[in-house]
Amino acid sequence: MTKTFEPLWWSLFSAGGVVAALFLPIMILLSGIGMPLEWFGVAGDVFAYERVRGLVTHPIVQIFLFVLISLPLFHAAHRIHAALSDPWLKHMESFLSILLYGGAFAGTILTAVILLQF
Amino acid sequence: MNDKTMQFEVLRYRPEQEDVPSSQTYTVPFREDWVILDALNFIKDEQDGTLSYRWSCRMGVCGSCGVMVNGVPKLTCGTFLKDYYPNKIRIEPLDGFPVERDLITHMDDFMKKLHSVKPWLIRNEGEEKPIEEGEYLQTPTELYAYKQYSMCINCMLCYAACPITALEPSFIGPAAIALAQRYNMDSRDQGRDERQKIIMEHDGIWECTFVGECSVVCPKDVDPAGAIQRAKLNGTIDWFKQWILPRKGGIR
Amino acid sequence: MKLYYRPVQNAWWLKRQPYVLFIVRELTSLFVGLYCLLLLVTIYSLGQGEKSYDGMLIFLKSGPIIFLHVVALIFTVYHSITWFNLTPKAIVIPFGEKRLPDIFIAGSNYVAWVILSGIVYWLIVRF
Repeated sequence: MTKTFEPLWWSLFSAGGVVAALFLPIMILLSGIGMPLEWFGVAGDVFAYERVRGLVTHPIVQIFLFVLISLPLFHAAHRIHAALSDPWLKHMESFLSILLYGGAFAGTILTAVILLQF
Repeated sequence: MNDKTMQFEVLRYRPEQEDVPSSQTYTVPFREDWVILDALNFIKDEQDGTLSYRWSCRMGVCGSCGVMVNGVPKLTCGTFLKDYYPNKIRIEPLDGFPVERDLITHMDDFMKKLHSVKPWLIRNEGEEKPIEEGEYLQTPTELYAYKQYSMCINCMLCYAACPITALEPSFIGPAAIALAQRYNMDSRDQGRDERQKIIMEHDGIWECTFVGECSVVCPKDVDPAGAIQRAKLNGTIDWFKQWILPRKGGIR
Repeated sequence: MKLYYRPVQNAWWLKRQPYVLFIVRELTSLFVGLYCLLLLVTIYSLGQGEKSYDGMLIFLKSGPIIFLHVVALIFTVYHSITWFNLTPKAIVIPFGEKRLPDIFIAGSNYVAWVILSGIVYWLIVRF
């Protein structure tokens, strides 16, 4: 039907956008503000090594973390590419594609590799 | 005789005497019921017959009179002086289009883009209803499905509001995509596959980054931004379907 | 015909508020990407043992990093709100003679946001 692969990038962008919109605020709130300041009921032991390690070994948590990291990376790659290449860096469009989508791809592989260690 | 006035700063361009546009300021009477078109006609009739601009119906249905008013795309026939009085109004030709003269933009590309989406009912080979069989009947629900997109008056305000059309002249643009959707969603039409070939290209819907200003400025509530996002979603679903379930030559 | 092509300035987006907000919205993706990478680094440090993980926690507890998280939170919440509010444009569900009102489509996203955030909170803090 169509020779372009745009729909693929757009679906990854959209899926990543949904995951980021639904999960990132609470994750940032807890890991970046709750944990250091012990706010929002985050006691000192919540992010302790043994406990977190136990959580991350759970297969469902691993799948959650994989989706949580990989899809938003593609979302960011697509959006940054669109925001940069049309207005200002049109001449670098192909280079930006390789850099950004390649980076997202690499990040996805890395996430899988790191999670599988647990 | 009320002597309230307003200043109009108009961007002029007379190719026979200048290489670059320049501003000219006019003082026009302020009347409560005047729109910008009235002021332009006053200028042309009483002060400067050389001022050139498009207009026709003066009631917001022909799509001729689009200009930039203080940086915002508007129809001159629908923009009231009293909403700006007593401040100066700056009038420029619609953004994103080459200028032919004064406020007149070159719209050939726009017309080509509209034409490229095949804006007519397409029937499959052998499925054209002969006259004797009567009209194609349509329920109110079927009409509702595309009616909004049929209200476009081709005024080009959406193109002027879209940053992508200025940055990427090959982008097919909001009105063209809304027009394609108007036919794609018409129950009498069978030409979606043909239109997909045009709008699913890189210069089609995928150039759009959903700024959304096109729908904000549209004087007829066509919501081209919505038409484009729906096209992205439907086009993506079709794209995945083609890999998973290849079509056997039937209608979509 | 001697057409005049008006050049587009680099600061085009500063001319009107809707364009500024659009760029801010696109910028949220930078914080989305950066946080995900930071999360990946944190998980990596977890895999490298207790010492490296504790080092990571000390890094995350530093003032500037907490501040960056606050900024990232503001941007990601802005992403969430703009994203949910725009979903009715893409997802049109026929309802009766017309279509399901926008508020149901956007609203269901907000409801999911609250519920899922609650589940994640429970998982991390209470489980």
